[in-house]
Amino acid sequence: MTNLLTIDNIRAGYNGHSVIDNFSLEIQEGELTCLLGPSGCGKTTVLRAIAGFEPLLGGEIRLNGKTISSSRHTLPPDRRGLGMVFQDYALFPHLTVADNISFGLHRRSRREQQRIADDMLELAGLEGLGDRYPHELSGGQQQRVAVARALAPEPQLLLLDEPFSNLDVELRERLALDVRDILKERGIAAVFVTHDQHEAFVMGERVAVMQQGNVQQIDSPFNLYHEPTSRFVADFIGQGRFIDGTMVGAGTVDTVFGELTGNLTYNYPVGCEVDVLLRPDDVMISDGGEYNVVVSDRAFKGAETMYTVRLATGEEILSLMPSHIDLQVGEETGLTLSADHLILFPKEGTRT
Amino acid sequence: MTKISAWPLLIMAAILCIPASQAADDIVVYSARKEHLIKPLFDAYTEKTGVNITYITDKAGPLLARIKAEGANTPADMLMTVDAGNLWQAANEDILASVDSPVLDKHIPAHLRDPDNRWFGLSIRARTIVYSTERVKDGELVSYEGLADPSWKGRLCLRTSKKVYNQSLVAMMIARLGEEKTEQIVRGWVDNLATPPFSNDTKAMQAVAAGQCDATIVNTYYYGRLLRKEPDTKLAIFWPNQSGNGVHVNISGAGVTKHARHSEAAIKLLEWLSSTEAQNMYASLNMEYPVNTAVAADPYVAGWGDFVSDTTNLGKAGELQARAVMLMDRAGYK
Amino acid sequence: MAAAQPSGGAGAAQASASSARNFLAYRWQLISLPIAGLVLVPLLVIFSGWLNPETETWRHLAETVLGELIVNTLVLLLGVGAGVLMLGVGLAWLTSMCRFPGRRFFDWALMLPLALPAYVLAFVFIGLFDFSGPVQGTLREWFGPRGYWFPEVRSTGGVILVMVLVLYPYVYMLARTAFLTQGRGTLDAARMLGLGPWGAFFRVALPMARPAIAAGTALALMETLADFGTVAVFNYDTFTTAIYKAWFGLFNLQAAAQLASLLLLFVAMTLLLERRARGRSRYAEGSRGGQPHRIHLTGWHAGLATGAATLVFSAAFLLPMLQLLAWAWDIVRAELDARYLDLLLNTLMLGISAAFVTVTGALLLAFARRYQRDALTGAAVNIATLGYALPGSVLAVGIMLTLTGVDNFLQSVARGFGFDASGPVLTGTIAALLLAYLVRFLAVAFGPIDSTLGRIRDSLPEAARILGATPREVLTRVFLPLLSPGILTAILLVTVDVMKEMPATLLLRPFGWDTLAVRIYELTSEGEWERAALPAITLVMAGLLPVLLLVIRSARSANVAGRAERT
Repeated sequence: MTNLLTIDNIRAGYNGHSVIDNFSLEIQEGELTCLLGPSGCGKTTVLRAIAGFEPLLGGEIRLNGKTISSSRHTLPPDRRGLGMVFQDYALFPHLTVADNISFGLHRRSRREQQRIADDMLELAGLEGLGDRYPHELSGGQQQRVAVARALAPEPQLLLLDEPFSNLDVELRERLALDVRDILKERGIAAVFVTHDQHEAFVMGERVAVMQQGNVQQIDSPFNLYHEPTSRFVADFIGQGRFIDGTMVGAGTVDTVFGELTGNLTYNYPVGCEVDVLLRPDDVMISDGGEYNVVVSDRAFKGAETMYTVRLATGEEILSLMPSHIDLQVGEETGLTLSADHLILFPKEGTRT
Repeated sequence: MTKISAWPLLIMAAILCIPASQAADDIVVYSARKEHLIKPLFDAYTEKTGVNITYITDKAGPLLARIKAEGANTPADMLMTVDAGNLWQAANEDILASVDSPVLDKHIPAHLRDPDNRWFGLSIRARTIVYSTERVKDGELVSYEGLADPSWKGRLCLRTSKKVYNQSLVAMMIARLGEEKTEQIVRGWVDNLATPPFSNDTKAMQAVAAGQCDATIVNTYYYGRLLRKEPDTKLAIFWPNQSGNGVHVNISGAGVTKHARHSEAAIKLLEWLSSTEAQNMYASLNMEYPVNTAVAADPYVAGWGDFVSDTTNLGKAGELQARAVMLMDRAGYK
Repeated sequence: MAAAQPSGGAGAAQASASSARNFLAYRWQLISLPIAGLVLVPLLVIFSGWLNPETETWRHLAETVLGELIVNTLVLLLGVGAGVLMLGVGLAWLTSMCRFPGRRFFDWALMLPLALPAYVLAFVFIGLFDFSGPVQGTLREWFGPRGYWFPEVRSTGGVILVMVLVLYPYVYMLARTAFLTQGRGTLDAARMLGLGPWGAFFRVALPMARPAIAAGTALALMETLADFGTVAVFNYDTFTTAIYKAWFGLFNLQAAAQLASLLLLFVAMTLLLERRARGRSRYAEGSRGGQPHRIHLTGWHAGLATGAATLVFSAAFLLPMLQLLAWAWDIVRAELDARYLDLLLNTLMLGISAAFVTVTGALLLAFARRYQRDALTGAAVNIATLGYALPGSVLAVGIMLTLTGVDNFLQSVARGFGFDASGPVLTGTIAALLLAYLVRFLAVAFGPIDSTLGRIRDSLPEAARILGATPREVLTRVFLPLLSPGILTAILLVTVDVMKEMPATLLLRPFGWDTLAVRIYELTSEGEWERAALPAITLVMAGLLPVLLLVIRSARSANVAGRAERT
């Protein structure tokens, strides 16, 4: 695999204020990369820098080895050959669906435009809607048109800016899967931006978690969840609670549950106070559990129920259990831990 | 963007910058007298002499400002106005040349031209009283001053003080009676008003005819026009101040500009306009009175009767205009 | 999480700041500053009147009439403002959002009063309804001289009524465009949230149309401030009266310029406050546009709607037109000659070329302000739209002084090179006239264009760019089609306004070159209103052409939308 896009140490911002600083990222051909982070973290700025809307204050961006953005030069967006899906879809209200889709094809022959537009309509499941105007479509249909329009000129790289955030939850997931399938089938690489980790996990083969203009961790969704390398990522991705612990060996920590050992090793000195991350799926509730706890809260989620349980120390942790296990708030029960990945961070004064 | 919009603009500008069409030897007139009142005369002159006249019409104020701004480069040879005040002001602003012409001196009475010969009256516009023949009894009307008498309470209509004709009238009263006496009279008028001042003479006369009030002060040609349209109207002209200074008159007139390129030709035109030949047409086009005493007024106009007119030099109308305006403001005459 | 920012404020600024550098990568100052300069120079000429403070004139005005004039002016502004808002917004709402008998007709017919010069309506109005007019004459015949009551016509109420009837189309047209382009999505959403039709109107449609309504009202109020003809017919004294009194009555152009510059400052401050109050909020187009579902009015509601529209249309257009026709009838054979064709062609030519120049200027300014968000551009745009607030004659003199200044300079240069430099170069050319119209009417064109542009989201041009469109193609394929309602409104307003314009046309036109407005001036200033009816009617007819253009176009787009809706 070759590098399709190289983002090399870029800095960008406005009014002398850097929104992103020393940001680097490499994207392979056909790869789906997601920029995930809270709003204001600079993820959209990165996307706009790739598109050519955001000039660089430092560093450079290379596409197929050719520099397209640097602090001295910004190749105009129309000459980058990229596709982009906007958060608000940005469909042209004065054009029909078919004309929207063929907007980027106007240098080709009428017939070819027609053919590609038809293909795209079929691909997007919008057959027969080509003569409609955007405002006559549902939100989901509009979103499909936006994707179809961006794909019509056959870009090597598709940029998606919070593409599903205007849709309801169910539609969001289905469309995300559809778009992923289309991209994979055509071998088109994509960078997409979201603040929603579920969306990121559905679409992204690689997810870059961003905070304050920097990449915190780039990894597969599985690793981000189970092996976060920073407290921020641990907090931001998934749910979980920290409990107190003290290092007793390279991979072993002493906690209220006794000594725990995971498959990772840490270089913290023995006796060092640490926070131990417990994910809800690491914690099993059962009457015969080793530790006694009290249910302090529950959230029914259909197939599963998320329990908050209080330990003897007063600390609270989460447990995700099949919902046929039905416990009421205040009920006493037992608990078992099954954590393969033991995630530790040096003690911090406060915890979230 | 710039490419799209700038080129047509430039091309258009280039086409449109073609200088105004005006041959080098045409006489150029800036006129506050309206086209339909001067064009027939200019056409007659051109036919007679072959000299072309180009003109532009506007209010006197802007025309005056333009001649002044153009300075030595002005294309204007002559300025025409419809009142004496603006001619006086033009002379005052030093944009009119002194013209030494025995012909003009002979044709135009001295009080109707500038003592320094910078402007000349070409027609007389008498501002007199028009009254209701139904409601005004003999002897009730004497003079402009008399309309301030309490017996006229609620019976008077006036045109606005913003019209130059009323400003000239009051300015000439100041010249004759002094400011204090004039202000008393104007206050008397305002007290006697039946309704707020009108925007024009015709409306004021129509109010008299409809019974809203009994008399008003107007230029005679407005009366003439109204009468032609409504011959049955119960209105008549009264000539005031006949035992005193006489009826207030104004002029329409002209002067040759200081930087005129065709000064000689312009003077010739002016002389012709004051001649017997032109005076008839000039005055009767608008039912005014000729300045040239050798020329009789239009028979229709003459039918309103002879009158004694004020012979104070009309320069006073310009000189005292600002004071007249201030006086009327003080007196609450709107 | 410290970096979390509200995505609305800073995020929006960030997005537009970056597109400033990327979409249409031009230096907009190079465009906006010269345009502002064209307007600024005549204004500075007027401000230079302060070099010679005229204390005597000032003292006189302050001691006698100034206080009353200011009160009169404020009363007039308030009355006209309230009136045009009510009529303009109300009628626009009815014709664009409701269905009632005659809607299709009133939709365009309610724009027609625009073609009628305000002072003509004033004169007709007074002629018909004042004491000596036929209406009160008939009443006197029936009930005797004291047997009836009739409101005073030449009064504050009368002048406000006439100005409202003439000026409401500014608000009507802009609000109508805003309502029509607002789309039904937002309104439907509002209805879903439990708002009734009135609630949806006041809570959603009205706030969304606010920039357009504000722009229309600003135009109407600026015209009110600058008006002299209408208030003169009513002999209602305003601040403008003081300006003309100083100039024509007291022979003091300096003092007039000083008064005018105060008026200008007042307008500038008001506009600034309004713009600040509106702030940075953007009114992006609802993502689901389309023709609104019209509220079907029935029964007495429908009767009321039809009645209101009929009343306004009759009072503002039908009645004065009938009067003009009656007057013209008597003289048409005597007066209508080949010259009228010339007058008509000159008038149309001027109106259309001025619309082209002015609308282009306004487009450039609107783009400059959108994509160059710095203080300098903002100031340039604000200055460039001030010309409309000045009384026409004062602005005309300011422009004339500027042009003659340039002429005198050119002539002295030419003479320096030994050429015979006779006659002016600029003054008295069509180009000079077009320049004057640009200065005067930029605000008129800027209002509708800027409020339409403000509704185009940044993502649209960006989407076009990323799809391979060059800046120029973005302009022709995205902006111009989307701006076309605003552009058409601007063209219509400017064309009609230019055709009606008098002071600058009179002072700056080429020799022997007349327009219909000039003809009307010549006759009305001699009190020959009946004879002025013929050119006035011709002017209204000429003004109908652009209105029809707009009507045909909006009918076509409605058809397209309608057809699309059926599929």
